[in-house]
Amino acid sequence: MAVVFEKTKALTDAPLHYCPGCTHGIIHRLVAEAIDELGVLGKTIGVAPVGCSVMAYNYFACDMVEAAHGRAPAVATGLKRALPENVIFTYQGDGDLASIGMAETVHAATRNENITVIFVNNAIYGMTGGQMAPTSLPGQVTQTSPYGRDVKTVGFPIRVSEMLSALDGPEYIERVAVNNVKNVKAAKKAIKKAFENQINGKGFSLIEVVSSCPTNWGMTPKKALEWIDTNMIPYYPLGVYKDRSAVKEEK
Amino acid sequence: MATNNILIAGFGGQGVLFAGKFLAYKGLLEEKEISWLPSYGPEMRGGTANCSVIISDTPVGSPIVSTPDVLMVMNLPSLDKYEAAAAKGAKVFVDSTLITRKLVRDDVDAYYIPATQMAKDLGIPTLANMIMVGKVIKEAGVVSFDNMVDSLKKVVSAKRAELLELNLKAIEAGYNYIG
Amino acid sequence: MAEKVLMKGNEAIAEAAIRAGCRHYFGYPITPQTELAAYMAKRMPKIGGVFLQAESEVSAINMVYGVAGTGLRVMTSSSSPGVSLKQEGISYIAGADLPALIVNVQRGGPGLGGIQPSQSDYFQATKGGGHGDYHLIVLAPASVQEMADLTATAFDLADKYRMPTMILADGTMGQMMEPVVLPEPYEAKSEKPWAVTGTKCEREHNIINSLYLVPEELEKVNFARFEKYKTIEENEVMYEEYMMDDAEYCIVAFGIAARVSKNAINAARAKGIKVGLIRPITLWPFPKDVINKAADKVKAFISVELSMGQMIEDVKLAQECKKPVYLCNRAGGMIPEPEEIIAKLEELEGGND
Repeated sequence: MAVVFEKTKALTDAPLHYCPGCTHGIIHRLVAEAIDELGVLGKTIGVAPVGCSVMAYNYFACDMVEAAHGRAPAVATGLKRALPENVIFTYQGDGDLASIGMAETVHAATRNENITVIFVNNAIYGMTGGQMAPTSLPGQVTQTSPYGRDVKTVGFPIRVSEMLSALDGPEYIERVAVNNVKNVKAAKKAIKKAFENQINGKGFSLIEVVSSCPTNWGMTPKKALEWIDTNMIPYYPLGVYKDRSAVKEEK
Repeated sequence: MATNNILIAGFGGQGVLFAGKFLAYKGLLEEKEISWLPSYGPEMRGGTANCSVIISDTPVGSPIVSTPDVLMVMNLPSLDKYEAAAAKGAKVFVDSTLITRKLVRDDVDAYYIPATQMAKDLGIPTLANMIMVGKVIKEAGVVSFDNMVDSLKKVVSAKRAELLELNLKAIEAGYNYIG
Repeated sequence: MAEKVLMKGNEAIAEAAIRAGCRHYFGYPITPQTELAAYMAKRMPKIGGVFLQAESEVSAINMVYGVAGTGLRVMTSSSSPGVSLKQEGISYIAGADLPALIVNVQRGGPGLGGIQPSQSDYFQATKGGGHGDYHLIVLAPASVQEMADLTATAFDLADKYRMPTMILADGTMGQMMEPVVLPEPYEAKSEKPWAVTGTKCEREHNIINSLYLVPEELEKVNFARFEKYKTIEENEVMYEEYMMDDAEYCIVAFGIAARVSKNAINAARAKGIKVGLIRPITLWPFPKDVINKAADKVKAFISVELSMGQMIEDVKLAQECKKPVYLCNRAGGMIPEPEEIIAKLEELEGGND
């Protein structure tokens, strides 16, 4: 009988703790598939963040390091400098990467640190119960913006991919989403490329994955996926924001 | 058993720290116990700089020289600041080109050397510090006046070997200065 | 015998670290430890090592955390305000039981403070510094030679006990030059089966972590760690005694304060005051026993510190307040003169007559 579906080796058997309908599961799976397909499981070291995916170290079957909040790119820098032949990735949410860890993110990018960053943007702090994130949309109601994000007092959301692509340093920046099959497939391709870039020594690759948080958005999982289309993607357009190798090839 | 507590002070850029380093190395090569402690701060040039150098036959305790028995000053603010601190009977060396006043104290031995002018005349305008050092060696005997090159080699970068001769010239000029 | 060279304390630490097999250094500029970073920047690229100037102290310590997880020797250095910033990372390193070396070349505080020497980070260094129950092994060099020697010791102890160690120096120790015989290079050998190096698909994955959401588990981890600390307190205490045989007064001082105290002791003895010194070399573990024993024969202790009086608390605790402990201190970057210590001794001597 033909095998149509297999468990990925890069994920352990530990049951995920994520809420029903959360897209972290999909993104974990995509990362794991990329690691499997590239045959680098034995030399991959992942860095987990603080946030909903804090316990990612239990789910990925490779060696894992739990970082302090926001510091994953610095920890990954240490790992990569110590073990340049290994494959190092970070898995971070929007609070971790774009708020408390923005300095680490920007500087790892500008150094073109040869690591892979998976950035899950669901526009909210999930783990602590739904507070406003640096990527929460204007007007978005959260626990700490109960009257909607007021850009006059708390400023605007940060478009991380656009911002980082303005740097000379990074190799590859792409924004993807995981709210439908087509988008998931594109996300898989981007994530795999981000790992390939590292294996080929090209440098810093960041994939921003627009994601949902049904629990804290106060929606059904299905409604949350629709909300990605209607609200998130218009503010965070999908696409490749920087691909230095492709630019070189064109020239 | 002798301990020389040396304090060297002047403007940043006059080679105050360098002069101290040279003496420290000279002491080290003579198998003395030594320490060298610089002032440090935000002013890289033009501000005041000083260093404490201790050359001793016995292990050095505190590296801080607050009561120098050899004081070498290369600008007026340094003399104003440290004259009172010098130990009774201390030997005080003054660059008299830049410091026009005489010492107030009469319980110390003063030596006035127009080092900056001499350096200019000798065509080595940046080496007034080493002219002063030459005189310090002559009068205070903190280290011996031989094998200067060995310790100069420790403080002058190998890439600037031409400076060895010039430094030697400066030290000798100071050593032989009678005034 | 190996050659004596003149080196600044900061440079001696850097060279000794390299000779102890450290090939990874991360830091951020701050006075008065700059020479250490500069030395590393010059040397590391020539020996296949890594020097990286991080974007902040926070990042630097987390880079250290990353390398430490791989089991390689790694260090960072800074001065007081920068070390405050590193505390988060230090707590994580302690919580994940990783070996690493942190150097603090102290300056006056609090806040931006000043840049002159100080010992006012004693509490921060010896009582934890960051959040949670933990200790660092804290070594306090009092000469450039010790800056070098204790660096190797710090790396060895870090590996031996799988924990962060700290060299607590100060501006004078970092800036001064003294003759130093550099330790011979050596290859540190210790098995690190816990390190993250890639599973090679041959073993279970290793996890470097300090998160334990089940309180029973976290408690267990903490108790086990403190068992380890007990072993360290029993085996790793280091101190120097100076003229303590017939001493009636005991000065307790470390680092530069101990150097000044030695001058004071020599001068006081010339005046007939019987005074000696106990110089803690490990500030944690603190040399409690020797101080406790000294309490049975001296009249009083004097804690000489470049702070408002921090170690004095440990001196009182060590001998359970059997004898009075007086403070002789300067702060904010000032260093006590030997005369100030002698005056204190004379005051005590007068009070006893």
